[in-house]
Formats: sequence, structure tokens, C-alpha cells
Amino acid sequence: MASQKRDAAIVGIHEYPSRDVEGKVNSLQIKAASAAKALADAGLNWSDVDAIYDAGEGGPMSGLMISEYFGIQPTVIDTTGVGGSSYEFHTAHALQAIREGKAKVALLTYGSTAHSNAMAIGAGGRGGGISPGDNMETFAGQTLIANYAMVAHRHMHEYGTTSEQLAEISTATRYHAMRNPEAVQAMTDLEFVGIQETTIEDVVNSRMIADPLHLLECCMVSDGGGAVVIASPDVAANCKKPPVWILGTGEATKYPQNGADITTSAGAQSAPIAFAEAGVTPAEMDIAMIYDSFSITVLTLLEDLGFCAKGEGGAWVEGGRLRFDRPNDGPALNTDGGGLSSNHPGMRGIFLLLEATRQLRGESTSQVDDAKLAIAHGNGGMLGARHSAGTVILGRN
Amino acid sequence: MSEEKKVPTRPLPKLTELDTAEFWRGTKDKEFRYQKCANCGTVVWHPRAHCTGCVDGDLQWHVSAGQGTIYSYSIVRLSYHPFFRGKAPFAVAYVDLDEGPRFLTNVVGVDDPGADVHIGQRVQLHWEEYEELSVPLVTPV
Repeated sequence: MASQKRDAAIVGIHEYPSRDVEGKVNSLQIKAASAAKALADAGLNWSDVDAIYDAGEGGPMSGLMISEYFGIQPTVIDTTGVGGSSYEFHTAHALQAIREGKAKVALLTYGSTAHSNAMAIGAGGRGGGISPGDNMETFAGQTLIANYAMVAHRHMHEYGTTSEQLAEISTATRYHAMRNPEAVQAMTDLEFVGIQETTIEDVVNSRMIADPLHLLECCMVSDGGGAVVIASPDVAANCKKPPVWILGTGEATKYPQNGADITTSAGAQSAPIAFAEAGVTPAEMDIAMIYDSFSITVLTLLEDLGFCAKGEGGAWVEGGRLRFDRPNDGPALNTDGGGLSSNHPGMRGIFLLLEATRQLRGESTSQVDDAKLAIAHGNGGMLGARHSAGTVILGRN
Repeated sequence: MSEEKKVPTRPLPKLTELDTAEFWRGTKDKEFRYQKCANCGTVVWHPRAHCTGCVDGDLQWHVSAGQGTIYSYSIVRLSYHPFFRGKAPFAVAYVDLDEGPRFLTNVVGVDDPGADVHIGQRVQLHWEEYEELSVPLVTPV
């Protein structure tokens, strides 16, 4: 750990508390409200922001619009939009900009009213665009869930993975969600049936949505958003909260290819880069914030991030190993309750950074004792087709 | 507003999309056309104007014999799409054609998709005909 570079840190965070704004708040308002709270969390102001990162969910050409809306004059403007992992990419780019001396305070925001808009994210049709890839695929009626389900089927076929093993992801995240009042409120507002801890049997007996994925293996569709403030070491030294250092980052994309293995994701490319930069290993991670769009996403990524070998994820997660109160068994998974049981307005990547930061500050509702290192890994797009991977390794002082 | 209720139809590809137009034109004659580079041998899928295997590519069109293997699949039991919601449950699959292209399609001609579709299953093309083109579905051999 001695050789680690500490060039930029997360100094301010905010998670928008409501998951159901009943159509009374829009995504830009969620972004601005979250930004103000995250800046206040850091002890900074709008005028301190000199770098803005935006995934474009508020509208087209967001790089032209978002600074005006916030009322800031940044000189680094980055609109990388790669779906749910955009915020891990933004973190990587903010680290670079701050390291190069181009910026001192970077602001990342997210806002979505997917629930209020009744967006059918998982089970809807595919978009009407005419990219050549889409033009070959839309006729088949594949839902997003079915795409992830194809990864699960292949994983089961190749490695003998079972639905019971996949259900471990769902039960661990629900275990954490029940300890997080905002997650319980979210499930209440979204009218979940059975807001309680779940068993493996509960998960595998829930309704099949797209074989082999059951209802309780699929994330919620909520409203929500949040913000992250990243700052240089000199700014971080004067912030209200202790810094959470960005130790390493990695980026990659993957897409359908003839003869390719869909049980391995782009995370297998991005993660080794991030770990090498950070100078740490998966075994040292206390916290694993891994994008849980579906159970299979986490299982695949645990393997690709290096927590276990490819194909061994099913056995590795057995027995409640991913719970926060099992610190000797490896990292705690998604201690806020995850996309499965706390917050998923469409692009969950920002929440991975928020909860990882809370853990390294000692502020989580499922706090791991003395948590020192965390990984946040975002997956955007569709795991079984074209998708993005953003890995961020975080460490406390 | 017309009294007639519009019946939802399968979403069809656009013949105006330049990379894939040649493929879809071929489907009218029930030909599954794919590209192979005469320079480096790469089978390029989806269709496009350039070779992804080399920078001096020479893509040639070929026609598949129409036989392949299911690489993976799912059974869609919930869809909010106006056409597909009425088709559920139905099977979507990645099929590896024997010539190399892996394409996304539906497996049809099975009584119970949940029980009758498998990874590794041999399938053949089954064309669903429309006015300007046909859609390449598959059915078990």
C-alpha cells in the first residue's frame, strides 16, 4: 500500500432519498438537489467546481446544458455515456484530469424518474434506433432480462451453476436492504410484496421472468439519483469528511462476436488494470459494490474481477458468504441493498461509489468493521451483448 | 381515428440501414447471406462495410446452408412490447451457424419452449415471410 498514488479523492456524496417522486420532480432537479447536498457534504460550493461529468440522461448535448442549469463555469467537460457504468468511467476521467492539474473539484450527478415514467426497462421492447447491430436483432423480441438470462443459461451449461447459487446474490442484498431504512422505504413505495429477508427458496420459487431468471433475481425500477464530488489532495485536506482515495481505475467494452464466450464480461479486461494501478489484490477487498442488475451480473463479475476463478462463482457464493457480517469470507456485497432491493433508476453506477464511500467513512447501515478497501464495478448495457465495464478501487486514509 | 384496431406486428428491420441492407434484401429469396474476408478469412457478423480482421479487407458475400447450433437461449415470459407480449412465452436464442455467424433469433416449432429448447441443440433456418423481406427464425432439426 505504501507505493499507492493518492492523486484524487471522493470528498462529497449524496444519494437522493426518494425512489418514487410521483411525477413531481424531474431528473434535472434530482441531479441539482443531489449536487448541492454532495458539495455541502464536502464543505464546498458550486463555485468550487471546475470539472463536470454527465452521462446525458437529462437530455441531448448535456455538456452544453448542464453547467448552465447548475450555474457553474467548469473548464473540463466530459459527457461519457456508457450506460450504468458511466459513473465509474467519470471517476477514472476525473482522477486523470485532477492528476494532470486540469481540475481540482469534479462533480458527477445522476437523476432519473424511470419509475414515475413507467419505463419498462427490463421487459420492454428494444429501442427504435437503426444501428446495424440493432437492425439485426430487434425482430427477435429479446427483452433486456432475457439477454442477461442467456448469460445465466450458458453459465449453468458450462459450469453447472444452479439457480440456488444465483439466489445467494438476492438473499445477501435483501439482508443488507432490510438494515437500510431508505431501502425499506424504497421497497414500500414501490409496493414490493414481502418486504423482509428472503431465503433461497423464496427466490427460486418466485415467478420466472425470463428463464432461468426469477422475479427476485431482477432489480427494481425506481426513481432516484445522486452526486459525487471528487477533489485534489490539497482541496481534500480541507473538506469536512475524510477523503476516500481513488487508487485505481479500469475501463473496457465488449460486444457480440462469433464464437465468443458470453460468460466472461468486459470486467475481465477492466479489473486487472484497476488492481494493478492500485497495487492491491481482490483478496484484500473489504467491500464489493458490484452492479446487481440481475443475480447473474454479480456472479459473472465476481469471477471476472478475480475473487474466484471463472466457473467457480456458484460454489464461492454459497452459504451466505457475501453478507456484511462474514468479514473473514471475503468482501461484503452491495451493503446498501443493491439494485435488487434498494435503488435502481436505470443507471446504478453512481450508487456503487456512494455506498463504497459510506463504508470507507464508517457510515453504512451494514457497516463492515474497519473497512479499508472497496471495489466499485459498474456494468452498462447488456451483459450478454454489447456492454461496458468500469472498475474503481477505493481506499481510506 | 379509425374504428379498426391496429393489430401489433413483429418489429421488422429497416432496409435503409446501409450496413445490413444487403443481408435483408437476400432474405426475400430466403438466403441467409454473410460476409467473409477473402484477404484474412474473418467471418464478419453483423454485416458491415469494412473487415474487422484486417485493414485491407476484401469482404465477399456467401450464403449459409442454414444449419446451426443453439449457443444460449432464454424463454421470455414477460414482455411489455405490443407484439411480443401476446407471444410469451417464446424462445430467444443465439444460434451459431455452421459457417460462423452467431445471430439472435427465435426458436419456433416447439410445443413447450421451456422444455423443448436446449443449449447445443441443432437447428435449421425457418423463414417467416413478409412483403419486402423474410425473418430468419430457427426450428429444431
